[in-house]
Amino acid sequence: MSTTTASAESKNLIEGKTGHWEVVIGLEVHAQVLSKSKLFSGAAIAFGAEPNSQVSLVDAAMPGMLPVINGFCVEQAVRTGLGLKAQINMRSVFDRKNYFYPDLPQGYQISQFTQPIVGRGELVLDLPGGESRTVGITRLHLEQDAGKSIHDQDPQLTFIDLNRSGTALMEIVSEPDMRSAEEAAAYLKKLRSILRYLGTCDGNMDEGSLRADVNVSVRKPGAPFGTRCEIKNVNSIRFVQQAVEYEARRQIELIEEGGTVKQQTRLFDANRGETRAMRTKEEAHDYRYFPDPDLLPLELEPDFVARIKATLPELPDEKKARFMKDYGLTAYDAGVLVAERASADYFEAAAKGRDGKSAANWIMGDLFAVLNKTGVGIEQSPVSAEALGGMLDLLKDGTISGRIAKDVFVAMVETGKPAKVIVEEKGLKQITDTGPIEAAADKVIADNPKQVATYKGGNQNLIGWFVGQVMKATGGKANPGVVNEILKKKLAE
Amino acid sequence: MSALTDLTLAEARDGLKAKKFSAAELTDAHVKAVEAARPLNAYITETPELAKKLAAESDARIASGDARALEGVPLAIKDLFCTENVRTTAASKILGNFIPQYESTVSGKLLAAGAVSVGKTNLDEFAMGSSNATSAFGAVANPWKRKGDNRPLVPGGSSGGSAAAVAARTCLGATGTDTGGSIRQPAAFCGIVGIKPTYGRCSRWGIVAFASSLDQAGPFARTVRDTAILLREMAGFDAKDSTSVEKAVPDFEKALTGDVRGLRIGIPKEYRMDGMSREIEDLWAKGIAWLKDAGATPVDISLPHTKYALPAYYIIAPAEASSNLARYDGIRYGLRVPGESIDDLYENTRGAGFGAEVRRRVMIGTYVLSAGYYDAYYLKAQKVRSLIARDFEEAYKKVDAILTPTAPSAAFALGEKSDDPITMYLNDVFTVSVNLAGLPGISVPAGLSSDGLPLGLQVIGRPFDEETVFRVAGVVESQAKFTAKPDGAA
Amino acid sequence: MSLDKATVARIARLARIKVPAGEEDALAADLSRILAFVEQLNELDCTDVPPMTSSEAMKLRRRADEVTDGGIPEKVLANAPEARDGYFTVPKVVE
Repeated sequence: MSTTTASAESKNLIEGKTGHWEVVIGLEVHAQVLSKSKLFSGAAIAFGAEPNSQVSLVDAAMPGMLPVINGFCVEQAVRTGLGLKAQINMRSVFDRKNYFYPDLPQGYQISQFTQPIVGRGELVLDLPGGESRTVGITRLHLEQDAGKSIHDQDPQLTFIDLNRSGTALMEIVSEPDMRSAEEAAAYLKKLRSILRYLGTCDGNMDEGSLRADVNVSVRKPGAPFGTRCEIKNVNSIRFVQQAVEYEARRQIELIEEGGTVKQQTRLFDANRGETRAMRTKEEAHDYRYFPDPDLLPLELEPDFVARIKATLPELPDEKKARFMKDYGLTAYDAGVLVAERASADYFEAAAKGRDGKSAANWIMGDLFAVLNKTGVGIEQSPVSAEALGGMLDLLKDGTISGRIAKDVFVAMVETGKPAKVIVEEKGLKQITDTGPIEAAADKVIADNPKQVATYKGGNQNLIGWFVGQVMKATGGKANPGVVNEILKKKLAE
Repeated sequence: MSALTDLTLAEARDGLKAKKFSAAELTDAHVKAVEAARPLNAYITETPELAKKLAAESDARIASGDARALEGVPLAIKDLFCTENVRTTAASKILGNFIPQYESTVSGKLLAAGAVSVGKTNLDEFAMGSSNATSAFGAVANPWKRKGDNRPLVPGGSSGGSAAAVAARTCLGATGTDTGGSIRQPAAFCGIVGIKPTYGRCSRWGIVAFASSLDQAGPFARTVRDTAILLREMAGFDAKDSTSVEKAVPDFEKALTGDVRGLRIGIPKEYRMDGMSREIEDLWAKGIAWLKDAGATPVDISLPHTKYALPAYYIIAPAEASSNLARYDGIRYGLRVPGESIDDLYENTRGAGFGAEVRRRVMIGTYVLSAGYYDAYYLKAQKVRSLIARDFEEAYKKVDAILTPTAPSAAFALGEKSDDPITMYLNDVFTVSVNLAGLPGISVPAGLSSDGLPLGLQVIGRPFDEETVFRVAGVVESQAKFTAKPDGAA
Repeated sequence: MSLDKATVARIARLARIKVPAGEEDALAADLSRILAFVEQLNELDCTDVPPMTSSEAMKLRRRADEVTDGGIPEKVLANAPEARDGYFTVPKVVE
């Protein structure tokens, strides 16, 4: 078992009554595989279908039914493993995990216990301060999802829908390497991003295609690991962060008051922002794992793995490094842009042959603001990357000023017209001819003797006010740099 | 008993083709035989209407020259095979009035070959037993009785109903399943032929699972030729079963050349067990002599781990069963006994639905897989299984087939053997290693006990070499000239 | 291995099978006898023997990712002991 090699980072420590505590977090993420059909049956997977309409006899565990594995789900698991720089196990085994629950029709889940398809890997956390930290991934295995139990439709009954039963899941287990709620959130964010880049999971936490079980324990720095509690099925990154914060506090308070942390499974109550113990009986689960006799061991061909490796897309970390190197972006900016492949592609299209930093600023500032406000994704952006690029060109060659560009951008969003057309139609070309600027400057100086006197009296900062006045007089179209120069010259006379 | 029910399947097939009689007549005779044999309790569900309908369709096809391989042949189906729209019980209360919405691959293939189903036969509950006495639908009586003794005898198990149905001439053949001997042992007890093919030969899709790595479907009939005809139709690759093997199915009938010259027949010394009855030893010796006369060479072999087969089996089979039977929970089909909570519902349903033997095996299986015991029991048993398979591999370097008795005794009366579950398990002592190693094995009626009860000899073959198994069995059959018939036949 | 009543109760719980009061002792005796029988395997040393999981040395066959099944809610629910509005129903489960 790995422990963090660096000494506990003081900024992550939590202060309790008896001193500082370190929180240790591991995440087990269940990611629904993007595929057309289920892991061991040919039924469809789609969110929101009529109850029990995407259920085959195999999924319903009818007598005599047998599993047949979906080769594409195997491919997606290998692809994910490669994306996590993990070891691919050429031979893996499916085991039955036996327990009783109404949404588990077989009375067992087909999973992988001792010999999973993917072994050790790693993932880089992008932390808020701009630093990165690499954490370990223990393993990834394939398993069946269960159906859905709906408890709130009737006071006496639980309703069971088996549509989800048998859907392929990748269970991705991290090493217990995270040391703060932020790190846990960063892990989930990066993992989700990688899965979306690979196309192996859509990462829609609100639809349940990505769920996290969060393992939390606390200890005094340098002490052995404490007893951990598992918070099951947390379905948003924000909730993961809240759950970690609450649970760490809970455990610290419990220990400081003389109690001991009981190993238990808990649920996160999003309404209250608290975790609570599940009400199942306190027996430890005995899953009686054994190799599924209806299946043979899964053997992968080297070609199969090589082909997948050869067609891996450029992943967020590599793309981020390339953006920093080729476009001179900061780690932070590059990180924001590569979080989603669509925004990274947008950036590259807009920045091609142009100033990357400028493109990045416009995208992360004005464009994202518009998209967030209208709740639209970058794929549906009213301003295309090419269009944005066109506007950047006008900025670069001085046709418009930065101030005017803001207005042009707004007009582009509203009308969908290219920047050049808008500038023409509205006559927004930047005034660089000194003639009109000189004239405007003269007028401002003439009209404001008091300010002139103050400026000449030593208040050099007032130049800003003068520039503002000239800009106003020219309808914002004057080149501010030129205005500044001319004013300075005139005021110095 | 009409002449029609006394035919072999091959004779009936040929007779139908030659239009000596119609499918309707043939089916009618058998439907009547099923009714007359009711005291045996060999059937759980009779399907005379379905049979008549299928027979009519067969007659139409025969008339138009469209006859399929088993056109119009009346067969019975062990009630472990799910049959579409026909109630399927696995001889258990827990399936309630379950009506499958699908047909098992194997029974489907038989129907697609034109066979006529006369009913679902009785069995030990969930195929767990060697006497058919654990059925929730009552015991089955063997059509054979001891000379001068009227006590009902067991037909063997788990496929006791199918074996009795065939022996009593209520059908020309029947399906069974064999996990530890459940086709071969009842075949021996009922004086008929039964074969368990190589694991993976027949699809398990749609057959209520008992022990997944051991279960195999196979046919019963009154002659070796008949079982060869049936197996050909039952076998074949099924994409819906991941353990189904992609191997072409030979025309097994063609293997019945009667020529065993040059074949080496293994005689395993470990099968000569302490306390083995004299009659069975003698029959075995006769079998060896028959094959020698026919030009085969008996070779002494050793299968050193034979005695560990039963204990290994009684770990592996219950373990797999405990998991396979978890789906019988009262939620999606079958019996539901209400409860306050979901766990009460499970416990009540399964407590009421499972019989004592099933409960024992599910609990043993649960125990041997449970935390702390997996290595000592299940893992160990799977290793012993490797050793047993290796024993056979070694033997097959020196021989082409193996000859043994099928069962340690003739059919016995219910209650005659003690209540100790172990005593019942010992019925499988000659048959279980064959399942553990996944090999093909057949039982052929070879003689009568002093009580007038049938005794069988078992031929075991190499993986996927059912042809040699049939060939050797055919010679044993022709040499044995077993023509005795049970009085209890309809 | 001899099983006591408590162990039998635990196994019955794991297997979700209700054992009527009064039957526990006989059941414990039966199970103990069976375990004693199967413990013959302790006579064998299997240190270097690989476990057999399948009698065939075959590769696990993989199927194509196509929707070939499902869309049969009537068949799925046909034998349901209790169903409502297309769902299976059970007594309320409290988590």
